[in-house]
Amino acid sequence: MESEKILETIHMISDENLDVRTITMGISLLDCIDSDSDKACQKIYDKITTKARNLVKVGEQIQEEYGIPIINKRVTVTPISLIAAASHDQDYVKYALTLDKAAHTLGIDFIGGYSALVQKGYQSGDKTLIKSIPEALAQTDLVCASVNVGSTRSGINMDAVAEMGQAVKKASELDFMTNAKMVVFCNAVEDNPFMAGGFCGVSEPDTVINVGVSGPGVVKKALEKVKGASMDVVAETIKQTAFKVTRMGQMVGTVASERLGVPFGIVDLSLAPTPAVGDSVAQVLEEIGLERVGTHGTTAALAMLNDAVKKGGIMACSHVGGLSGAFIPVSEDAGMIDAVNAGTLTLSKLEAMTAVCSVGLDMIAVPGDTPAETISAMIADEAAIGMINNKTTAVRVIPVPGKKVGETVEFGGLLGHAPIMGVNPASSADMIHRGGLIPAPIHSFKN
Amino acid sequence: MKAILTTVGEDQVGIIAGVSQYLAENKVNILDLSQTIMDGYFTMMMMVDVPENEKEFGVLAQELADLGQKLGVEIRIRNEEIYRAMHHL
Repeated sequence: MESEKILETIHMISDENLDVRTITMGISLLDCIDSDSDKACQKIYDKITTKARNLVKVGEQIQEEYGIPIINKRVTVTPISLIAAASHDQDYVKYALTLDKAAHTLGIDFIGGYSALVQKGYQSGDKTLIKSIPEALAQTDLVCASVNVGSTRSGINMDAVAEMGQAVKKASELDFMTNAKMVVFCNAVEDNPFMAGGFCGVSEPDTVINVGVSGPGVVKKALEKVKGASMDVVAETIKQTAFKVTRMGQMVGTVASERLGVPFGIVDLSLAPTPAVGDSVAQVLEEIGLERVGTHGTTAALAMLNDAVKKGGIMACSHVGGLSGAFIPVSEDAGMIDAVNAGTLTLSKLEAMTAVCSVGLDMIAVPGDTPAETISAMIADEAAIGMINNKTTAVRVIPVPGKKVGETVEFGGLLGHAPIMGVNPASSADMIHRGGLIPAPIHSFKN
Repeated sequence: MKAILTTVGEDQVGIIAGVSQYLAENKVNILDLSQTIMDGYFTMMMMVDVPENEKEFGVLAQELADLGQKLGVEIRIRNEEIYRAMHHL
């Protein structure tokens, strides 16, 4: 093997923050349903702690043997609103506590699936689950919640949109950090290994291994070598880099799946930033030629980046899934934070960017006095972008009580810190109070 | 297990001796070896065969890293599959 290639890999890992962001085991809980919630919770705890008992150990082994950092080990489960519905309990906090206990026993970083899918309407468990989300997240450490409120096929459930605005507000009053563990989706995917929106869809196998790669730092370094070249060259460079990064993800997933005896699901080809220096999607966009992210041209650069990452990654692995694209969470990306502080990146520009990249308004801190209806309206806007464009979009906003625009809030760890961003002061309340469903869009006459 | 051992750092007396002595003591067989000076740095790559029933791989990697510190170079060992996966179709 050529020395240069060996050194390239070493540089990517040691100097450019190349890592596997997560190995996530999806576990179906459909066989744990019981009308007695105590029995159901016991079955859930037993199944998770049996199926995933070696997850952390195998993750650490791979990290040691291959010298590739594996940042998180996670578990996703079937949406709890489906599992708990048979029990007729008044709230599902008990289920959240069970998931949390199982996660602590396993030593994993997160467990996702305190979720409901209500894009077309509610079944009996959905309302109970949504009502209990703030309480469930406040009482647990590692549980993540998500609610799917819309889809291209079924439209947007505006009753759920209204309710989620209130849930976000209520959660922030209990403990604003809980909102970092909750996301509202349109077109949620069933095999997403990333949090907070990961859950194990009902069409997934009983257990499955999904892998999420990362690597904005590697892409940035590669682009530094093609300064001034045309956009074709930029796109080609990103493709080639994404290919290599994804091959590593594919290998890690294959090894993990063999050692755990669990089928390998998908690789999620996402560029996921962290607050660490040189691990930023914003800096990739700036390397393409923007003085600061958020200025004119950002949407075009991001569209190209997102597409090139997919093109490069798709051939590199057997099955691609999850969210696959570029993430643009504000608090987790040093370049995004700088741009907000410099005044070049606003909420409306972020919204435009979400139309061309994976996911949506992510990890954005807003003033604590933002009305619930305004948050609902932000959710509705994002859901509309996802619904019309056939893509996943999401909202993870964090109202911080007592904080005003321009102040900063500290989340810590992988979640970073965030400047409080201003929201539009005009009210959207009357529209949100209408409720009902936005009908599914027409699928031809695309203009 | 086949692994690739890389040693990078400033050139000085005793690097190859130090590394190969450690490998011999731990029954790690050297299958192939290349050494060059790249950007002024001593760069050595070894393809080695790590015996299954001897020291744990993690312990070996840590001891090699410690040895590197003593010799003033960086020594890393990784399962060769990672390089193959990234650069070969």
